[in-house]
Amino acid sequence: MSDQFVLETQGLVKEFKGFVAVDDVNLKVKRGHIHALIGPNGAGKTTVFNLLTKFLPPTRGKIFFNGKDITPMKSAAIARLGVVRSFQISAVFPHMTALENVRIALQSFEGSSFHFWKSGGSLDRLNERCMELLDSVGLMEFADTVTVELAYGRKRALELATTLAMEPQLLLLDEPTQGMGGEDVDRVVELVRKAAEGRTVLMVEHNLGVVSKLCDRITVLSQGAVLTEGDYQSVSDDPRVREVYMGTESTSTEVAG
Amino acid sequence: MMAESANASEIRASIVQQRKADDRKKLMVNLVLLALLLVAPAVLYPVFLMKILCFALFAVAFNLLLGFTGLLSFGHAAFLATGGYTTGYLLSTYANVTTEMGIIAGTAAATLLGLFFGLVTIRRQGIYFAMITLALAQLVFFFLVQAPFTGGEDGMHGVPRGYLFGLIDLQNNTAMYYFVLAIFLFGYILVQRIVTSPYGQILKAIKQNEPRAVSLGYNVNQYKLIAFVISAGLAGLAGSVKTVVFQLASLNDAHWHMSGEVILMTLIGGTGTLLGPVVGAAFVVNLEYQLSQGALADWVDAILGGIFILTVLAFRSGIVGEIQKFLKKNLH
Repeated sequence: MSDQFVLETQGLVKEFKGFVAVDDVNLKVKRGHIHALIGPNGAGKTTVFNLLTKFLPPTRGKIFFNGKDITPMKSAAIARLGVVRSFQISAVFPHMTALENVRIALQSFEGSSFHFWKSGGSLDRLNERCMELLDSVGLMEFADTVTVELAYGRKRALELATTLAMEPQLLLLDEPTQGMGGEDVDRVVELVRKAAEGRTVLMVEHNLGVVSKLCDRITVLSQGAVLTEGDYQSVSDDPRVREVYMGTESTSTEVAG
Repeated sequence: MMAESANASEIRASIVQQRKADDRKKLMVNLVLLALLLVAPAVLYPVFLMKILCFALFAVAFNLLLGFTGLLSFGHAAFLATGGYTTGYLLSTYANVTTEMGIIAGTAAATLLGLFFGLVTIRRQGIYFAMITLALAQLVFFFLVQAPFTGGEDGMHGVPRGYLFGLIDLQNNTAMYYFVLAIFLFGYILVQRIVTSPYGQILKAIKQNEPRAVSLGYNVNQYKLIAFVISAGLAGLAGSVKTVVFQLASLNDAHWHMSGEVILMTLIGGTGTLLGPVVGAAFVVNLEYQLSQGALADWVDAILGGIFILTVLAFRSGIVGEIQKFLKKNLH
């Protein structure tokens, strides 16, 4: 059971005062899948992400990673275990260079992160791996550029490179294509596909074109609860999904858009 | 593929080279600063210079938090005063406590207090962090007013300067100056080392995007706590040395005015730069001195307040930050 599923939640609930944001969610993410979490605004997708990574404590329910109950663990510990998330707004360290951004992630496992007496030069030995990671997202030539000066699409690519530096088993991507134009979206789709090799990805995504191209399985959330789950075809054919998620428009026009 | 990796190593080498060039530049600035400080007593009154160095060390310690960790403490006076009072009490009460022992004890006391403050406050963010540090510092202030051995409102007077290593008479202002200079340099170089170290990189990351640092596996509170304790310890060191220089521990050092003044010095000089707090301390101490001599003596606070507002509104990078910006613009 735990071999097949990397991540499993049982009866996950998050209540804010007088409001149930996440309502009894049982999620199963299969190893090696790219799994999408979709749903209209306010459906609780990002809240689920926050619960999975313990940025918010769940009100009830349990979270299992590789069969191990990680519900009581802290955010940082979960990240070190191999569940690494990205954020909706591009999460970079703006006043560091691209290389330094990636290096922060590498330092997490390197054991020198408390060494306040060592020189900065002692980090040079991590640079080679940083360059590899930057190269893998097409940012090699920007290694020495301060991140705040990078274009939006490149910041998101840098964020992905930083996340991959953690060698996560499970990658949680919160709307990786948000706010992007066509060409950038295609680039990100390619990057995610590449990043997903040998790992599992759970992503929140609004762009159904992206979902149809990338995802093996889709869970639809509505008002905090799971509405349905399945592959793209069965989910997009489901009339309930059309009703809550796509309004009255038909699926095909959404995909084309 | 081969060409690409060769390209990568080229870029990598140039980054390392760039850093080494920056290090050399930093070293040059440090050497110039050192040379100036070494010859300064020939031109300026040593006691005045020592006052600047004590406050500069205090501001450098404070800036480790504000400038490099992103924490605004509004209670740093507590550490300055704890260092000062501990050293003052030990040196005035026990004849066999040497000056350097007194200073080490004062620093240790402030470090311990910093650990306590840190454990209480470090989970709090922004304004809450500032308010709780202020509240704790007020407790320390009232303790220093009430405790039987602190001299209450009067503070402690006539603290002996003593002999350094039992040899050098610190009653001599020139000898005292070079001793203070050595301690200042120790603190300054320590902070410089910290902010460029692997640990300093993590502090920078936490300051720039804390949730992201958490998501990369960092238990950010531990990192902040270490910075807080080091900052408190160095602030205590500044207080201890100040007590030895002026031979008194005064309630002024514990007052929240002092916590505000160090913020002022750091912001005017430039947060996030190493030299900023030093320049800011020199600027404020000098301005206070100059104004107290003239007709504007009653206006010191108002004038400092005006300068502060001007800095925050128009020159947010502070004196050193603005100069750095100017140089960057004109060298490229």
